[in-house]
Amino acid sequence: MTVEDNLAGLATEAPPALLPQVLLETGLADGYVSHPGPTGNMFVAFNSRGISSIFLGDDPSDLDARFEAQFGRPAFPVTGLPSRLERSLDRSLRTRRLGNLPIDWTGMSQFQQEVLRKTAEILPGEVRPYSWVAKEIGNPRAVRAVGTALARNPVPIVVPCHRVVRNDGHLGNYYYGTEVKRTVLEAEGMDVDTLEMLAGRGVRLTGSDTTNIFCHPTCRDARRTTARHRVEFRSETEARAAGYRPCLHCRPAA
Amino acid sequence: MTLDTVDLVNHRLAADLDEAFPDLIRETQHGIYSGIRRLVPSAADAEDLAQETFIRAYRALSAYSTERVLELKLRSWLWTIALNLCRNAARTRSRRPRTVVLDRDAVAPGSGPEAEALAADENARWAEILGRLPAAQHHAVVLRHVVGLTYSEISAVTGRPEGTVKADVHRGIAKLQEASHDR
Repeated sequence: MTVEDNLAGLATEAPPALLPQVLLETGLADGYVSHPGPTGNMFVAFNSRGISSIFLGDDPSDLDARFEAQFGRPAFPVTGLPSRLERSLDRSLRTRRLGNLPIDWTGMSQFQQEVLRKTAEILPGEVRPYSWVAKEIGNPRAVRAVGTALARNPVPIVVPCHRVVRNDGHLGNYYYGTEVKRTVLEAEGMDVDTLEMLAGRGVRLTGSDTTNIFCHPTCRDARRTTARHRVEFRSETEARAAGYRPCLHCRPAA
Repeated sequence: MTLDTVDLVNHRLAADLDEAFPDLIRETQHGIYSGIRRLVPSAADAEDLAQETFIRAYRALSAYSTERVLELKLRSWLWTIALNLCRNAARTRSRRPRTVVLDRDAVAPGSGPEAEALAADENARWAEILGRLPAAQHHAVVLRHVVGLTYSEISAVTGRPEGTVKADVHRGIAKLQEASHDR
């Protein structure tokens, strides 16, 4: 065997980590990590722009394929989040508010961004109907499109699409099922049973007979009203006809 | 992506860099890694330098005009970047920290830099005998016979005339032959 043959025999395969690491470093792939969330484990994918995607669950087996199908680029498991992003995510999960957590909004339509940013304003322990989101973003007739935009929320939990409920007050759908939606809301201190009971009775708004103001039932102002002074309305028209005005905090739309 | 289709690759890179670049890596990574592995002593450094080669290539391509991308001779251009990094690494020996680090065990268990095809003593022997060559001969021999570049490509990579490159390769091979007879 000649020296040249020996040298040619030194050609070898590149290590399997080479390609993923380059794609991560050039932003052509996202990294993801496991992270504890309100329903157990979450997989959090990210890139230099911020959090790109959150999957709830324990099983990473089809994660790569699902991510690539949805975003058109691969995602690879990495050893950790960049420390600033991790601090920001932990703060967001602890306070249950989006705050300054960077989100990768690229790839979302302007409309979906508006829906998600508005949804992020709903405080923990409160819910709002789809019609409220539609009205708040200046597009009151787009209720169904709001539902679609929320159903496709790539970053559940940190953008709290679970805080948007059906216009009749029932919990409504959730990507991970209504039971998960209930669990997440209850973990935030929401009394889901009472909410469902009101919805069952057709109550969409509540008011106070001392202030003559009406609210969404979970508005922090409405929750301060004592049972003795609480009045219930089936619609905005009914509340206004009774001489009530809408709350300036929750700007009820129902 | 083979040498016959290089023009196609240039066109793909010029049309949509982000879409085409992963394929450029897939097609060239084995040659780049194999060569770098015989230019620096450790597998970990070789992997790091191969990554850095592609990261720099991507950043450069992002900044190049379409015309420039179309005219690039990709293989020798990549090797110009790689060889410069190897030379600098020989001087500084400092590894560049990554902002995000792949979880190797999750991607390909047991694929760390220590998992090499050759036995450790084989690697050490090659590192030792190649390392005894003068740098120009070492580079030329590896690029010609491990990677398989042409003399004209090696000339473009090293900036030395083609005739000189041929002489480098022949002298290098002669020294390696002597070394193998001595054993």
